[in-house]
Amino acid sequence: MPMQTPRIAPSDITPREVFFNRRAFFTGVMATGASSLLKTAQAEQPAGARLQYTHNALYSVTETPNKYEEITGYNNYYEFGTDKEDPKQNARSFNPAPWTVTVDGEAEVKGNFALEDLLKSQPLEERIYRFRCVEAWSMVIPWVGFPLSSLLERFKPTSKAKYVQFTTLYDPRRMPGQRERVLTWPYVEGLRMDEAMHPLTLLAVGLYGQALPNQDGAPLRLVVPWKYGFKSIKAIAKITFTDRQPNTAWNVAAPHEYGFYANVNPQVDHPRWSQATERHIGAAFLSGRRPTLPFNGYADLVADLYKGMDLRRYF
Amino acid sequence: MNVEQRYRLLYKPLVFVASLLPLAWLLCGAFGWLDFSLGADPVKKLEHECGKWALNFLLITLAITPLRHLANLPHLPRLRRMLGLFAFFYALLHFAVYLSLDLEFNFGTLFTDIAKRPYITIGFVALLLLIPLAVTSTNRMMRRLGRRWQKLHRLVYVIAALGVWHFYWQVKRDIREPLIYAGILAVLLVYRRARTRRKATSQVVTTSTSGSATTPERT
Repeated sequence: MPMQTPRIAPSDITPREVFFNRRAFFTGVMATGASSLLKTAQAEQPAGARLQYTHNALYSVTETPNKYEEITGYNNYYEFGTDKEDPKQNARSFNPAPWTVTVDGEAEVKGNFALEDLLKSQPLEERIYRFRCVEAWSMVIPWVGFPLSSLLERFKPTSKAKYVQFTTLYDPRRMPGQRERVLTWPYVEGLRMDEAMHPLTLLAVGLYGQALPNQDGAPLRLVVPWKYGFKSIKAIAKITFTDRQPNTAWNVAAPHEYGFYANVNPQVDHPRWSQATERHIGAAFLSGRRPTLPFNGYADLVADLYKGMDLRRYF
Repeated sequence: MNVEQRYRLLYKPLVFVASLLPLAWLLCGAFGWLDFSLGADPVKKLEHECGKWALNFLLITLAITPLRHLANLPHLPRLRRMLGLFAFFYALLHFAVYLSLDLEFNFGTLFTDIAKRPYITIGFVALLLLIPLAVTSTNRMMRRLGRRWQKLHRLVYVIAALGVWHFYWQVKRDIREPLIYAGILAVLLVYRRARTRRKATSQVVTTSTSGSATTPERT
C-alpha cells in the first residue's frame, strides 16, 4: 500500500488561495451539455468547470488513476438506470443547479443551505483514492473535494448526534430511475459520527480537477474510500444528525447481503460471491485481478474505528 | 429449388452466419476493431453477453416446435440442431471467458466458486448437461439411441430452466431482464405441455380407429 500514516502540517491542508468560482462552474456545466451534442470520435476530455484546489499527496495513493472515460462511463447510479452505461446517457440533461442542502436533526445549526454558500469559503483539495465496489471491481479516482468533518462541524452537532444520515435528491422527473421500484427511494446512506469525522471521509464536488459530472453524483457526493462504493452516496440533498443507526438503501433492500458498515473486507464474502479479490477496471486482459486489501488498503488509518467489533457480524 | 434444397443451400448457411454475428460483435469490441467497444469493463461484458447468447439460443431452439406449428413451417426443425449447438458454443465461450479473463485461470477460485456459490453451481451443471446433448446430436447417435434420444434431449428444458435461474441469481437487484427470460421459458413450457396433452388425447382417439401414432420430429 503506497500510503503512509499521515503527519499533517497545517500548511498542507490550508491552501493559500483557494476559492470556488461559481460562475465558471455553471457555464462549464452548460458547455458540457452543448459539447456533448457535438461529440466526435476523439477521446473525451474532462468536461465541466476547472476547480481551484491543492493536491493532497498525504492522502493520495500513488497508483495511476483510471481514465476519465472509465470513471464517467461505468457507474452504479440507479437513479439514472441500472446498467453501468445508463447514468452517462440518462444524467446528461440533469441540471444540478441551483442546489439546496437541508440540514436537520441533532444539531444546533439547521435549515436549508444553498450549496454555493456552503462551498464559498471551503478550500478544495485533490485526493487520489482507491474505489472498491461491492461487485468486486475497483478503480483509482482523483477526487476534488473537502473533508466531510469541516462541513459537519459548522452545523454544531449536539451530543445526541451519534450518526449522520445522507439522503439523495428525490425527483422522479429529473431522475428517471426513481420511477422504477428497484430500490426504496430516495437513496439513503449513513455513517457513524466517528466515521463521518474521520479525515479520510470526503465530500467530493469534482474529479480530474473539474466539476463533478452528473453521472458521478453532481453536485455533491460522499466518498468513503475504505467502504464499498454504495456507501458513497451521490447528489446529496439532505444531511440528518441522528441518535439512531440510519436505515440505508442497500441494507433495506437486502439486509443479509449489504450491511450498514460495508467496510471492504476480503475475509467476509458477499453471500453470492467472493470478496477476496477484485478486478481492476482498465487493466489489460489477464492482469486485472488483484487481492482485495482489508479496508481497501486504508487499514492503517481506519482499523482503529472498529476495534473490538466483530466484523463478520457487523459487515 | 425444392424445400430440401432451400434449407440446405440457403437457410442453413444464412442461420449459421447470423448465429456468428454476436461473436463477431464481441470480437470487434474486445480488439477495438471497426471502432467497436465493450465499455469500461470488457471482461464482464464478454462474460455476460456470451451467457445471454447461450440463453437466447436455448430459447430459440425451444421455440422451433411452436413456431413450426403456429407458422406452419414443417421443415423448420431442420435448423434446430445447429441452433442448439450454438447454444452450447456460447455457453462454452461464457465459461471460457469466466475461467480465463475473469478468474485469470485461478483454478482454486473456480473450484470454490462451483462448490460454494449456488448460482455458479447451477450454471456449471447446466453446462455439463449440455455436453451429452451436443455429443449425441449427430445423425448416427440419433439412430443409435432411437427412442431414448428424444428422452435424453428433453433435458434441454431442465438446462434452460437452470440457465435462467443462474442468470436470475447473479443479478444484484434489477431482476427485470432475467424475469423476461423466465417468462418466455414459461410460455414455451406451457405450450409444450398443452400440446402433448392434446396429442395424448387425440392419440387415444386415433389409435382406437386407425392405430397410427404421431411421427417423431427429426432435425
